[in-house]
Parts: sequence; C-alpha cells; structure tokens
Amino acid sequence: MTWDANLHTSVTTLAERGDAPVNAVRELTYLEAIREALRYELRRDPSVLLMGEDIGVYGGAFKVTQGLIEEFGEQRVIDTPMTELAMIYAAIGMSFQGFRPVVEMQFADFISTGFDAIVQFAATNHYRWGQPVPITIRAPGAGGLRAGPFHSQSNEAWFVHTPGLKVVAPATPADAWGLLVSAIRDPNPVIYYETKYLYRSLKGPVAGDEAGLVPIGAAALRREGEELSIITYGAMLHEAMAVAADLERAGHSVEVLDLRTLKPLDEAAILATARKTGKVLIVHEANRTCGVGGEVAALIAEHAFEYLDGPITRVAAPDTPVPYSPPLEDAHRPDAAKIRAAAQRLLEF
Amino acid sequence: MELSAELLTRAHYWMRLTRALDERGAFLHKQSKIIGGYFSQIGHEAISVAAGLALGPDDVAAPMHRDLGTYLVRGLHPRRILAQFLGRATGVSHGRDANLHGMGDLSLGLIGFISHLPASTGVIAGVAHAFKLKGEPRVAMAFFGDGGASQGLAHEALNWASVFQLPMVVICENNQYAYSTPLARQMRIEHIADRAAGYGMPGVIVDGNDFCAVYEAVTQAVERARAGGGPTLIECKTMRMRGHAIHDNMAYVPKELLETWARRDPIARIEALLRERGLLDDAGLAALLERIDRELDEAQAYAEASPYPDPSEVTQGVYAP
Repeated sequence: MTWDANLHTSVTTLAERGDAPVNAVRELTYLEAIREALRYELRRDPSVLLMGEDIGVYGGAFKVTQGLIEEFGEQRVIDTPMTELAMIYAAIGMSFQGFRPVVEMQFADFISTGFDAIVQFAATNHYRWGQPVPITIRAPGAGGLRAGPFHSQSNEAWFVHTPGLKVVAPATPADAWGLLVSAIRDPNPVIYYETKYLYRSLKGPVAGDEAGLVPIGAAALRREGEELSIITYGAMLHEAMAVAADLERAGHSVEVLDLRTLKPLDEAAILATARKTGKVLIVHEANRTCGVGGEVAALIAEHAFEYLDGPITRVAAPDTPVPYSPPLEDAHRPDAAKIRAAAQRLLEF
Repeated sequence: MELSAELLTRAHYWMRLTRALDERGAFLHKQSKIIGGYFSQIGHEAISVAAGLALGPDDVAAPMHRDLGTYLVRGLHPRRILAQFLGRATGVSHGRDANLHGMGDLSLGLIGFISHLPASTGVIAGVAHAFKLKGEPRVAMAFFGDGGASQGLAHEALNWASVFQLPMVVICENNQYAYSTPLARQMRIEHIADRAAGYGMPGVIVDGNDFCAVYEAVTQAVERARAGGGPTLIECKTMRMRGHAIHDNMAYVPKELLETWARRDPIARIEALLRERGLLDDAGLAALLERIDRELDEAQAYAEASPYPDPSEVTQGVYAP
C-alpha cells in the first residue's frame, strides 16, 4: 500500500454531501467517512442502531451523526440521558436481543464512567457463558486541540490490556470507514478510537462499499524503507510520514507501519518490519508507561532480538495529564520534530 | 386474590427444591468438593420463585447469587447447576465462572450475572429496550439488593428505564445486610422503594417472605410492563439467614434479628397455607422431600461424573468467532 499525498489535503469547511450515492468512491473528510460508515451500516442492517448523548437532534458534539436521525428516526438514532454506564450496559442488553448498537462517547475521556460495563461485563461475557456481545463503542480521542485534561485523552491502553475486547484506531478516512464497518459487523465488543484532530483536517478517498472494508487485526505498511521502521497509529501517522519524507530528502530510507488495530496487534507485520530494517521507533500520542508501544517493543525484543541494530525506541507523551495551555500541550504531545530527533539518533546508532 | 391450588403446589415444589439444592451445595462445600466461595440463599425462596413464576416463557431475567429459585423455575437443570458449582465442563459456564456467577443461557431467558452488582440491572434495561424497539410484548426482570442500591448504576439504570418507559421489573431484595454492612450504613431512608418516586415509576413494598404477596406484586408489575405501562421497582423485605458467603459466620448480625426472621421462614409459611387449604399433609411433604432428594442425588451423580474442563482450552472462547 502506498501513501496517498491527498491525505494531507486540508479542508476548512465541512462539505455538503447532498444526496450523493454512498457507494461511490469519493473524497471525504475523516469525520464524513465515519458518518458515511454509520449511514452505510444503518441502511444495510436493520439491527444496527446508534446511541449517545446529543447525537440525534443536535447531530453530535462534533456533528459526526448530523442528519442521521432525519434519515433513520429516533428509534435507531437514540438520544440518551447523560450516563455512559447505563448506555453501554443497555447496549449489551440490546445485543442479547439481536441488535448491533453503536455507542458514542462524546469524548474518549468519558469512557471511564462506563468502564465496568466494558471491561467487566462486555469483555468477559463470551468467555464466561458463550453469549457474544456485538457492540461498537466510538471513542473520539487524542489531543492537539487545546481541549485540556478531560477532552484530550488517549486512553486506548486501558482496553488493549483487557482480554475480550478489540481496539482499533484508524488514521485515514478510508480506514475510518472500513474499520468502523468491520467493527459494527464484528461479533465482539470493539472500541473504535477516532481522532478528533483529523475530523476536518484530513481528507481522502473512501470507497464507500464492500470493497472499502478494512479487516480488524491488519496493519498497513504506509511507506517502504530500509534503514528504520516507524511503527505508529492515529494522528501520529501523519507526523511520522512527514518525518520519513524529510529524512528521505536527507538520504535516509524510512519505513512506516500504521498499526490501525491495537488489539489484536498485527504481530506478523510488526516483526516483518523490525527484521527488515533492524531499527525500530515506536510513536504514539498516549503517555509512555504501559502504552501500546511497550507491548510492541516487548514483542520485537522477544521475537526479533537477533535482527536489531539499535535500541527499540519510543516517542510518546510524558506520564502527565494532557495540559491545556498551548506551550504545555505542545511540549506534551509528540510531533514531527520530536520524532525526527529520535529517528536521527537511532539512524546514527 | 386467592392463588390457585395448582400454582401454590408448584411454587412449594420449587421453593423446597431451591432450599434443598442450596443445602446440597453447602454439604458438597464441607466435603471440599466445591471449593472457593459458596453463597446461600436461604430465606430468599419466596422472592426468587415468585418472581420466576410471574414471568412468561419469552421473558428474560437476570437473577443474582441469592436467586437460585429463579434459575430453577426458568428451566436451568440442577445437573448443570451442580456441575457449575463443581467446576466441571458440563456446568453452565464450562468451568469458566464460579458458583452462581455467569449462569447465563438465553435459550432459557437467563442472563449470567457478574460480581459488580447491580450490573445486570443495566443489561436488563437494554433487553427491555430491545423488546420495546421491536414492539414485542415481552418483559425483562432485574434483581439487586440493598448493597447494590448504593451503586450509581442502580440510579442510572432505573432512570434510563423510566425515561424510555421500558417493559422492565426491578426486584430489590432488601435482606438487611450487604456482606457485613447493615442497611443503616447504606442509606438514611427506611424503604428503598421510596426512591422509585425519584425516577417517576411506581415503588412497591412487599413482605419478601410471603410467596403470595411477592407473586401478586410481581405479577401486577409484569402485566403493567407488558401492557406498555413502564417499569416498576419492587422492594422485597427479607433477611439473609446465612453469612455473605459460606466462610462468614456473621457474628455481626444480632441473634434476635435472626430469630425474628426465622419465625417468618418463607417455606414454613407457604406450607402452613397449603395445610390450611388442605393441599398438604405430613405424608405429602415427606414424599415431596424424598422426590427432591432423589432428583438431587441424580443431579449430583451427573455432576461428579462429569469431566473437568480440558486445561488446553484455557485460552479458547475469549472472542466470539
């Protein structure tokens, strides 16, 4: 898979989509891709329904679900009381009666109030008594938007650590569409981390039909290279791609692997790139300790140790809450400059 | 309302079976055949059996660890229950979950509970929500206790059920103690049912040791829910007559309190009623107890003959295929 330069095209306004057919290949923003995936599944499967706070009449805090209540009605686009806990438990109960609920957390930060329902009930149920829990939880996460400690979190590692869950984190409009459709169809609880930073800043082609499905558990090699592998996901993919292009101009060949799914990890793709280049830089926006990067590093250390030509290196946020003030958040959040510096050290190792 | 002879006789069998199975489990625990935790439901038979009998075959219930009677009434065979207690592959959870936890089987309309009470109340709200969305005349029933009432989810789920006017019945088993914590340390009010007003739903208080009272209250709430009238909270006043689990000698419970409640034993009460109505005599009771003993002997033999789960399967089943 090659990188599409169009992915960096910036758009400032939300395009009016009108009544264009949903199955044509179109340029969509990341946000529109999510909405169209929801619309596609709502049209295709009557058991799919949406629940969340302010998602119906208001169209969602970020307008992801705008227009859906008009098309599908309040029986399938359900505005709920302000309770993530009862909402996720209710989604579990609905799934026991044949529904496939897609639950929106207004911000990924608020998923903690629904924690029991996810990690204690949904995640364990199939193992305990064999009943699947086909629910999808959309978690708008990550920072860079000056939104402070409770609207900027990248808390995906909580769920990556929990057996019984799947966790995905698309970085492109095509993956936002394809992974959301796959998540909704998956018979297991899937936490879908969508990146608020990319909602309207990123546009790209979306197939919008079955050809656009993206399987859960498959990473994507975004750029091939020989000297160094950057393994990342989410908004950091775009920072990593910028660094790889920059380093190419300086004569270095850098490979970039987009994990896309955080649980289950695509171990084969991770080990293949590590064995190929022998130098691995892991980048994520979540804080460092026990982040996904730690697991990726351990996997490589266990299974590709003899191929390594340098220390497995991580660029991650420091172990602090996400601060609000721009200089503080910029110091906190990984970016191209920080990735470039770490890559340079590793290349020179 | 006078309950029919047929219903009372049936209820009596289920209540006696529930107690006998409970005692059988305690005996197996003493023999170290059941290991780990073991929870007695003695004193709760009227509630669990009445609630179970008030539901229809297509309804769904999420009983908890003192509701053995509901599992039995809904058709969960004592074989599968004893195999579950013994950690066997033929148990409801195939050895994955412990004692009464995780005894879910949707073909019987049963949802397996988790220790985080009142988790199932939230799940049941979703089940009831599904019934309403599909326009099916079915009812979903949740159970929690005086301890679970202190959890935020009890509030969140009841509020949800009321906002969406769901076909849901919530049985609150107020058995005076949550582990060692008495009711007065859970709340400043006397009746948990009083909270129903805060959610805009009826709150009903019944004597949880009186089968007839529980059955009538639950039946009314089920009919109301089925007819589109929304949820009801039913508080059943009862007493936990054993420790929280089998290891707990409950020295913290005043003796007089237990003596008072022992005089209200739900099985003694339904048997007194049956005798009064000429539906039971000494010979009939002896025959019933013998029949139940035989049934449990057979179930125990099945469970003990069942294999343990294969350890090579420990990582299987985490995900649905």
